[in-house]
Amino acid sequence: MSAVVTSQTVRNIAIAGNPNSGKSTIFNALTGLRQKVGNYPGVTVERKVGRFFGSHGEPMMLLDLPGSYSLQVRAPDEAVSRDVLLGREEGTPQPDAVIVVVDASNLERNLYLVAQILDLHLPMVVVLNMMDMAERARIRIDVPALQEELGVPVLPVVATKGTGLVALKQLVSRASLARPAKRPPMPEAIEAEVRALAERLPVEPAVAFPEALLLLTLNDQALDDLAAGNPDTVRATLAAQERLRAAGVDPLCALVEARYEWINQVCHRTVHKPDAGPGLSLSDRMDHFLTHRIWGWVVFLGAMTLMFLSIFTLAQIPMGWIDSGMHALGHWLSGHLPESQLRDLIVDGAIPGVGGVLMFLPQIMILYFFLGLLEDSGYMARAAFLMDRVMSSVGLHGKSFIPLLSSFACAIPGIMAARTVENRQDRIATILIAPLMSCSARIPVYTLMIAVLLPATSALVKAGMMLGLYLLGIVTAFVLAWIFKKTLLKSETSMLLLELPPYRKPSLRSVALCMKERASLFVTRAGTVILALSVLLWALATYPKPHDPNATRAEVISHSFAGQMGRALEPAIRPLGYDWKIGIGLISSFAAREVFVGTMAIVYNVEGDMKEGTSSLRETMRAERRADGTPVFTPLVCMGLMVFYVLAMQCLSTVVIVRRETNSWRWPLFQVALFTVLAWVGAFAVFQGGRLLGFH
Amino acid sequence: MNGSVLCPPANSVSLLALPARQKAFVLGFDLPSERRARLLEMGLTTGTEIQLIRVAPLGDPVEIEVRGYRLSLRKREAKGIRVACL
Repeated sequence: MSAVVTSQTVRNIAIAGNPNSGKSTIFNALTGLRQKVGNYPGVTVERKVGRFFGSHGEPMMLLDLPGSYSLQVRAPDEAVSRDVLLGREEGTPQPDAVIVVVDASNLERNLYLVAQILDLHLPMVVVLNMMDMAERARIRIDVPALQEELGVPVLPVVATKGTGLVALKQLVSRASLARPAKRPPMPEAIEAEVRALAERLPVEPAVAFPEALLLLTLNDQALDDLAAGNPDTVRATLAAQERLRAAGVDPLCALVEARYEWINQVCHRTVHKPDAGPGLSLSDRMDHFLTHRIWGWVVFLGAMTLMFLSIFTLAQIPMGWIDSGMHALGHWLSGHLPESQLRDLIVDGAIPGVGGVLMFLPQIMILYFFLGLLEDSGYMARAAFLMDRVMSSVGLHGKSFIPLLSSFACAIPGIMAARTVENRQDRIATILIAPLMSCSARIPVYTLMIAVLLPATSALVKAGMMLGLYLLGIVTAFVLAWIFKKTLLKSETSMLLLELPPYRKPSLRSVALCMKERASLFVTRAGTVILALSVLLWALATYPKPHDPNATRAEVISHSFAGQMGRALEPAIRPLGYDWKIGIGLISSFAAREVFVGTMAIVYNVEGDMKEGTSSLRETMRAERRADGTPVFTPLVCMGLMVFYVLAMQCLSTVVIVRRETNSWRWPLFQVALFTVLAWVGAFAVFQGGRLLGFH
Repeated sequence: MNGSVLCPPANSVSLLALPARQKAFVLGFDLPSERRARLLEMGLTTGTEIQLIRVAPLGDPVEIEVRGYRLSLRKREAKGIRVACL
């Protein structure tokens, strides 16, 4: 390639590294917020690309590969990194250079991935991150010697402080970055088979060797998946594996042992570790306390309580501002815009829609503040360590705990957090049950229905009922997870390999960045959907308009499509004890549950601010009678309705997120169907069962 | 240390049979090859120094130290790691 061409084309750089190596910090530091997040086609792996500028201002694309301990492929989702590095991933150009981030304080295991990438023979740079942590642990690394041993440039960096990043940019923007001078040795028997296999591969000689090496280590399952497209290659691979096994060599195990043997030698020559002193490290003493069988739980429950108290109380303040801000804006607009359909659309449709999205933003920011803090400090891994036994009782593992926990604030961040669950079956099971964790959007509905059911009771009983609703969701979720893992998502119990990194002071910078990133993801991914739906729902509840121009809002909604749909729905919900007015509430809250309260206020023609309206709405609902004079909201109807809201999947933004995260419509549609049936059956059982037992 | 009594050198025992913080080295695995390969990739190769650090409060999983870092595994796998004391 000539120099002219190189300077015109955008260089593609990939960044790889172990989990906890600080790869994301480096990615974020290099690209800032110039990032695009998407999915790889056909798999449930996040694809994150960012732009950054080299030392002479030339633009470069940085591709964040999934954090992983190894390039070994055991499931289709794990093939992404390998395919990208070999230039085989559709829509992703082969990287011109690879940055491999390693944790300097944990060099041995991190060098394993380096060894694997060296075998791919791509131009690469090894970034020795967390040099400060290594120095604090009095680990001395001879960088020039390490560079000599690895045969590629090695750059010490402290990503959290930004040290060394300029040099990194300079290094990767150089077109002349060399391919590795050598590669880690491998057992002779394997090398001979790899060479023989490489010659038979129908690919360029440059990639044939790494390709053959990767093929040789695949298991039968992965080879089966390849067999349809390349029967000859797979046959040759199986034969080579057979010959090696007959000679007593397991290809993968022998290769891993050889790589670590090489790593031992490299580290012996380049790393000086102090002899462990007699005392325990600070991190160890903290763990003694934080994973203690009593204190561990005290701290754990305390941390969870603090987090949720903040989400539910602290967030109220900015939520109040947003609420009154949106009200004021609507009020101002309705005074200044000429009376028209467009005004109604903006004031009654779009503004409440935008407000509905922004209302959740404070809670989500607080959630991510805590999650970021827990993650960055290293405590999150301990929470998974504590909870693994509980999760394993339903076939999941400790890592599923965080997504489920987040879902109590909102299922959307919860489902996005499920990416950290490596096993695909476990990840999907986690995503499927996440919406059953009662999110904050259900709180207004629960509060209203408890008030209608038990207007005069003490706060303690109300809190008890609330807790009961949360528990119903949790228990249902665990039962479903257990069933899914036995049937649909059957897989061998996945292995728990959970690194427990040393505790460290969380970096507020990276916590803030994480908050910013996730908040903008929430607004763009969920916000746009909620906004569009709010407008659609507004239209459904407004058109067709009644002929009488002085009709009340209740008459308008009753005449509208939503009213007609409510009536059409009545036969289906009559067994639950609901009338068509509740039907309108159910329809309108399909997009977002909290809309139920507002819709009920409109249906029952309770005017005024929603906050003041709650008590008058409560009284109106309690006074509502059927044609025969009996009350509509009997205790059984109220309880059935609450059960319905615990179980139903009334959140289109969640549907959209599940579709994005699982990369198919299959799972979200299954989820909607299943949860709707569950909700109906639950409400039916409460209402009819209660009546059979003689309650009203 | 009383480790030498519980664990005569060069005799292989399960990692779970060791007292906490007893230093040992990996001899091999009684595990299906897939699981063995994953542990190997995490650095538990033959001859590597390894120690059991603690058991989680609910009895599973366990925490081990290997190659200077901490890793949590379920007992099911930890049981299949054969070690000998240093």
